[in-house]
Amino acid sequence: MKIAVCIKRVPDSETRVKIAADGKSLDEAGVKFILNPYDEFAVEAALRLKEKAGSGDVVVISLGPAAAQETIRTALAMGADRGVLLQTQGFHPDGLETAKALAAELKGAGFDLILLGKMAIDDYNHQVGPMMAELLDLPCVTTVAQLEIAGDKGTAEREIEGGVEVVEFPLPALLTTDKGLNEPRYPALKGIMAAKKKPLEVKPTAPGPGALEILSLTLPPERQAGKIVGQGSAAVPELVRLLREEAKVL
Amino acid sequence: MSDVLAVLEQRDGAVRKVSHEVVTGARRLADALGGGARVDALVLAAGPVRGADQLGGFGADRVVTLTHPAFSSYAPEAYTRAIADRVNTGGYGAVVFAASATGKDLAPRVAARLGRPLLQDITDVSVAGGAVIAIRPVYAGKALLKVRVAGSPAVLSLRPNVFTPVQRPRAGTQESAAVDGSPGRVVVKQIKPAPAGTLDVAEAPIIVSGGRGLKEPANFKVLEELAAAFAGRAAVGASRAVVDAGWRPHADQVGQTGKTVSPTLYVAVGISGAIQHLAGMRTSKVIVAINKDKDAPIFKVADYGIVGDLFEVVPKLTEEIKKLHG
Repeated sequence: MKIAVCIKRVPDSETRVKIAADGKSLDEAGVKFILNPYDEFAVEAALRLKEKAGSGDVVVISLGPAAAQETIRTALAMGADRGVLLQTQGFHPDGLETAKALAAELKGAGFDLILLGKMAIDDYNHQVGPMMAELLDLPCVTTVAQLEIAGDKGTAEREIEGGVEVVEFPLPALLTTDKGLNEPRYPALKGIMAAKKKPLEVKPTAPGPGALEILSLTLPPERQAGKIVGQGSAAVPELVRLLREEAKVL
Repeated sequence: MSDVLAVLEQRDGAVRKVSHEVVTGARRLADALGGGARVDALVLAAGPVRGADQLGGFGADRVVTLTHPAFSSYAPEAYTRAIADRVNTGGYGAVVFAASATGKDLAPRVAARLGRPLLQDITDVSVAGGAVIAIRPVYAGKALLKVRVAGSPAVLSLRPNVFTPVQRPRAGTQESAAVDGSPGRVVVKQIKPAPAGTLDVAEAPIIVSGGRGLKEPANFKVLEELAAAFAGRAAVGASRAVVDAGWRPHADQVGQTGKTVSPTLYVAVGISGAIQHLAGMRTSKVIVAINKDKDAPIFKVADYGIVGDLFEVVPKLTEEIKKLHG
């Protein structure tokens, strides 16, 4: 089974966002970067499918700065076989351009499955996977929380409002993964040592400029500190009165 | 042409409520584009759709139902083709989706097929110098990105619960057309419904959310009872800590690795207020916090707080809410 996993280097979810001097981007000083949590589910799914098949090739591909090599090494330490960095400079807001660059790398390479996290926790674009599927003309299921592959067919479950969709698709296919699909493994020391020797190819890449222009990145308006209505259950009638008469939400 | 196409959703042959928000947002965008821009509402279904006749009330000039036997449920590939064809022949200035589970899957495919960028999950839209400008929360709402789209059409999806439906009556002329072609390779075999009466946190107007302060999974019963008291308007949410502990399903998680929500009322119970949780719910219209720790960070974003034992406060609140709905 030949599987490609597209991953992204993102700021840790506990990051306190500071705006850079240009007023349009994140001030990265002191920010810790991690493998996008949703991509961890994709890496784990790929490794389990390879293990179940008994053989295969799991390639992790990332579009990003030189520092994304560390992110790729994390996935290699989990057990992926090799990595490719499509090395770029600067920040690319247009998900379609990212999808085009990744699709160009994967086109015709004979992957049975292409996996990505359902979204990246930095730009929240939530689009690169299905865009790639469209560009590569692959069947695609997004936000997969349960997955069975049998031969050249797959069944996936994805959460929708008020229920779960059960979806069937043929391979090759592209899937995006949601939390709940699996418990990603932690890289063991042995894996971390092995990862250093695994192949990691770096390809300078220049995505197109796209059609989106960032005008500003700002902090959301601070919420005004509210009031403590009172202590314990005695305060509940007053809370309900305030919700009705002041906030007018009941 | 700067007409706007609003792509709506139906389930079981009825227009989904989130579609009213999409028509409302599309109407707003059409008016901002000016020049008498029209709103066409598009529904894909296997046959006539209940509620399509009400869409004129929210500002649709025309309601077009595209029918195909495969459209009884979501058929991603056939939907994509039908919508992209419609956009190409209709010459629209903008295409608007809901950033729902289906919309977030469909909008990127349509955008890629059109070769256009997508502004996913936006919370505001405007027009300046003829160009569409949108605001998108990024980093789970810790920052807001303001983006301008060059060229046309602009493809957008609207965060649920943000574009409050407004009555803006227009003609809402009904049309219907059958489309043919392959149903596609990806097939929805079934929808397993959630237990009756449960709402999704992403779309619920009221969310009652619990954290580690609940102490054990069975205690979420007190929150379920409170949610039930809101007579079908409330969903139960959860913090990352309790989802990671396996107490609640991931579908209920609010925060940076869960859902970013904007309900009218968010009640945080036994949730301390980690930064990644606050990011996911700070755009709620009104926030209530119930926590025994008066120094919990959640009180810094809450409009109203009660310091106390949730096991006493919440049942009392349930009782009071029941009185209102009684």
